[in-house]
Amino acid sequence: MQDIEKLEQELLEQIGNVTDLEALESLRISALGKKGSVSLMMRGLGQMDPAERQIVAPKLNKLKTIVGDAIDNAKAALHAAALDAKLAEERIDITLPVRPEAMGRIHPISQVMDEITEIFAGMGFDVAEGPDIDDDFHNFTALNIPPEHPARQMHDTFYLPEKEDGSRQLLRTHTSTVQIRTMQSKKPPHRIIVPGRTFRCDSDQTHTPMFHQIEGLVIDKTSHMGHLKGVLAEFCKAFFELDEVTMRFRPSYFPFTEPSAEMDIRCTFAGDHIKVGEGEDWLEILGCGMVNPRVLEHCGLDPAEYQGFAWGMGIDRIAMLKYGIPDLRAFFDSDLRWLKHYGFVPLDVPTLGGGLSR
Amino acid sequence: MKFTISWLKEHLDYDAPLEALSDRLTSIGLEVEGITDRAKELAAFRVAHVVEAVQHPDADRLRVCKVDTGSEVVQVVCGAPNARTGMKGVFAPSGSYVPGTDLWLKPSKIRGVESNGMLVSEREMGISDEHDGIIEMPEDTEIGASFAALAGLDDPVIEIAITPNHQDALGVYGIARDLAASGFGTLKPLDTSPIAGKFKSPIGVKLNFEKVSPLPCSKFVGRYVRGVKNGPSPKWLQDKLRAIGLRPISALVDITNFVTYDLARPLHVFDADKVSGDIQARLATAGEKLLALDGEEYDLESDACVIADDKAALGLGGIMGGETSGCSETTRNVFIEAALFDPISIATTGRKLGIESDARYRFERGVDPAFVEPAMEVATRLVLELCGGEPSDVVVAGEGPKWQKSVSLRKSRVKELGGVNVPVADMITILDRLGFAPKETGDVIETEVPSWRMDVDGEADLVEEILRIHGYDNIDPVPLPTETVVAKPAVNARQRRVRIAKRALAARGMMEAVTWSFLPRAHADLFGGVPDEIVLVNPISADLDAMRPSLLPNLIAAAGRNHARGFSDLSLFEVGSEYHSDQPDGQIMVAGGIRTGQTSSRHWAGNGRKFDAYDVKADALAMLEAVGGPAESVQVVTGAPDWYHPGRSGVMQLGPKNRLAAFGEIHPRVLEAMKVKGPIVGFEIYLDNVPLPKSRDTARPPLTISDYQAVERDFAFEVDVDIPAEAIIRAVRGSDKKMITDVSIFDVYQGDRIAAGKKSVALSIRLQPMDRTLTEDEIEAVATKVIGSVEKATGGSLRH
Repeated sequence: MQDIEKLEQELLEQIGNVTDLEALESLRISALGKKGSVSLMMRGLGQMDPAERQIVAPKLNKLKTIVGDAIDNAKAALHAAALDAKLAEERIDITLPVRPEAMGRIHPISQVMDEITEIFAGMGFDVAEGPDIDDDFHNFTALNIPPEHPARQMHDTFYLPEKEDGSRQLLRTHTSTVQIRTMQSKKPPHRIIVPGRTFRCDSDQTHTPMFHQIEGLVIDKTSHMGHLKGVLAEFCKAFFELDEVTMRFRPSYFPFTEPSAEMDIRCTFAGDHIKVGEGEDWLEILGCGMVNPRVLEHCGLDPAEYQGFAWGMGIDRIAMLKYGIPDLRAFFDSDLRWLKHYGFVPLDVPTLGGGLSR
Repeated sequence: MKFTISWLKEHLDYDAPLEALSDRLTSIGLEVEGITDRAKELAAFRVAHVVEAVQHPDADRLRVCKVDTGSEVVQVVCGAPNARTGMKGVFAPSGSYVPGTDLWLKPSKIRGVESNGMLVSEREMGISDEHDGIIEMPEDTEIGASFAALAGLDDPVIEIAITPNHQDALGVYGIARDLAASGFGTLKPLDTSPIAGKFKSPIGVKLNFEKVSPLPCSKFVGRYVRGVKNGPSPKWLQDKLRAIGLRPISALVDITNFVTYDLARPLHVFDADKVSGDIQARLATAGEKLLALDGEEYDLESDACVIADDKAALGLGGIMGGETSGCSETTRNVFIEAALFDPISIATTGRKLGIESDARYRFERGVDPAFVEPAMEVATRLVLELCGGEPSDVVVAGEGPKWQKSVSLRKSRVKELGGVNVPVADMITILDRLGFAPKETGDVIETEVPSWRMDVDGEADLVEEILRIHGYDNIDPVPLPTETVVAKPAVNARQRRVRIAKRALAARGMMEAVTWSFLPRAHADLFGGVPDEIVLVNPISADLDAMRPSLLPNLIAAAGRNHARGFSDLSLFEVGSEYHSDQPDGQIMVAGGIRTGQTSSRHWAGNGRKFDAYDVKADALAMLEAVGGPAESVQVVTGAPDWYHPGRSGVMQLGPKNRLAAFGEIHPRVLEAMKVKGPIVGFEIYLDNVPLPKSRDTARPPLTISDYQAVERDFAFEVDVDIPAEAIIRAVRGSDKKMITDVSIFDVYQGDRIAAGKKSVALSIRLQPMDRTLTEDEIEAVATKVIGSVEKATGGSLRH
């Protein structure tokens, strides 16, 4: 009896002192293996008389369980310690910089074009396009700008060589050419926006020989200046992501619209930053008006039946306004630092549901 | 167009603050661009009394003055020779800004003597070039009074933008008339009553044109005034002209400038003694020259309208007078010209000769055809008043154009076009005030267009007139009704591909650039060249003269600029047009890109490698896939355009006639010519050539996957070096199209351990059974087929 207690004490002490799994295994074999100390005692039960066996057997079983559990616990502890040691050795310097990954950028012009498209899609507009190289008719004559009209002098037009018949192609000075192409090729109603490249022979701090415009055109039988104001008000709020934008329509003049207007929005000049939507100053952002009946006639539409409105706006300019980009010329310089700073990651796809900008 | 408040008030009776005036001008379409209030700018400059001026102890030319400013007595060191005890001058205290010298005054010591503020000259105040001494004010001037007010500079100058249709507002009177029409003040009457002639003009006038229509000069009114005395004009006139930035010259010249700006009516005054015989308007003769008032000699073309005497041209009608017949101090007799010129003729001649003048500016926009004789009366009155003399009868040639026109307005159009209800009575009042003499007949308002509004010729113009006076602000914005509640896509398939191409390339690590559509023709020549028809006649500079035939040259030039900034690793792309003719079909949409330098910078976890042709091949394939093109079935063959390296480039095509893309290393000769460091690899994807999917079926084909174990087997073949890998892959795939689901080349070797002229290509195939697990024999059978197929197709052999 005392042997059992003594053995238990000894074994538990030995288990407690074991420091590696191998030693623990040999200890397990020496105690619980076939010829182990506990097993040998269990084997002794057979020679005992039933009464004695009845007393000793439970004790031995208990010893077996206790020793077995102790070994399992020791094993688990040793495993945990070994893993801890391994993990400690595997430590890395998490402050090392990550591997380089290339992430490109979308140019602000593309991004803003996508934003504008998204907004006007919501109002039922389609995107229309036309050629950069066009003729005098589409760029001027059809837009009610006859050859000697002073407005032609406001457009510093790039011309291509004169042909034998005296005509010459030009680089379109505005996207309004596509108004004409659309009205000539399809039947009304029309509701289009026309983003694209435009060209004027002008280069200084705030002008580049190539720039981007977006034109809008609505032609049907009923649309009027109230709708024009409504469309542009919605656009401004959505584009500048503001609840309210205070606007002002001023009478102006364009040969292709009558009545004509220019639209200003309220803004504040704070240092070199412009805050749009409120303030004491006005900022001109676009020209617009009701399509001149002469333009409709040039496109074969009867002004007694059809009417509508049009507007034109600089994409580069509103991109600069919205995103605080200071210099227009840098748009076309392809400086990596500029593209990275002002560009947009490709996953920033503007949507109305998900938000136009982050 | 500039004017001062006091000038406006000579024509318009009103009582309203400056801001209200400014708002009204803008709201009726005369946009205020700026208001200069000199009184505010010069507020610090006040009259002061020099109590004492004594010699500076250490400087011969300086005086130390005690100056009484009205509020204190300060010490000022002054260098002006006229600074003396008892005088009254103009003083600016420390802390004020001196516009003429662009300096802020602060207390200082001049040669050891304290000086606070400054006694100023006219030049220092920025009001003239006078700098001989400080300004002297009359002795009885009140100390502390504002100099600006005393000098008549307290008159705000307003600058407005004039749109090309508003020729009527190119004179102060016209601006007053438009303001009055909008209900802002009352227009004062203009005195144009005829002045009786005292004698018959010794100079006659005639229009001398044959077979020209319309007449370049359709009316000429003249008047002789004898015995005038020309000299400086009076202060009121000089002040007006200076306020709007004009330089007073002499009374006779100042009168013409004044009438130009006051009544939008250019005039000319000849020194009558320098005129030989009668005056005529005619076309220039071939080779005729004119020395104009700007000192330049102009060669005239035969479509230029000149005003001439018996001998020679005296001036360019409606544009600029001539030097020989101009007025001077000694002029005693004058001949005043008020004529009407054709806008197109003026614009053409002005543009050809490059002359910008106030007269041209007004005549090419159209001068009031009914205001020729009245203008002569106004001018005569001014000449008599300022220069004296005796007027002749008026001589007239021509009748002027027939300008009268009637335009009718359907009352409903204001609401239909403008979207605003304007009561008919208001429409009539507005038109009446604007001078349109409206008459209501049924549903229509008939109008007679006033002579000063030649731009108005249609119903829409009348709607604009009513709306601008009624106020654009009174038009309520209303939403545009939409056909559908949920928006439909705004872009078509082609436009959508452009958008996708951009985002796909950016997602591949490339930066989107937007470069000019034009480039130096020498660069165009390196990329296939352009026909003469797309070389600009008037480029912004000689190196932006040709339309680009490829997107690559501008991207390569951009790489060069970035290299110069110290960035040698870069990937740039652009999606845009290239141009091959001057017709719409000569413009094609391309996605182009370049990569150069290392794939990534040096790094602890391993360095990058140099970009090579396979990188841009991957870009091109990825792009075809992104835009929904047939990336799987595309053929990759050699034969890229000659701006690519002949041995390291290729094209992707759907057959020899449909080229979808080109890619590869840029030819070193091209880079050398562009002076950009290489190597650079690039690609061009011709988006318009990529076929659009035939249907927009959103359903995908069903997915078939197998639960049976797939098997991989490796092979290495020894083939001639010029056997393309593509041929081997095709042979492998072709040997068992059903079973072989994947072929990948994992090694290509050429070198010592293989025969000369041979290479080893190692590949791995994946066999995927659909209905059972493959047995070793079955696998072996496929392997045998693979080997046979490759050997047959390439003449190579399996390496053991």
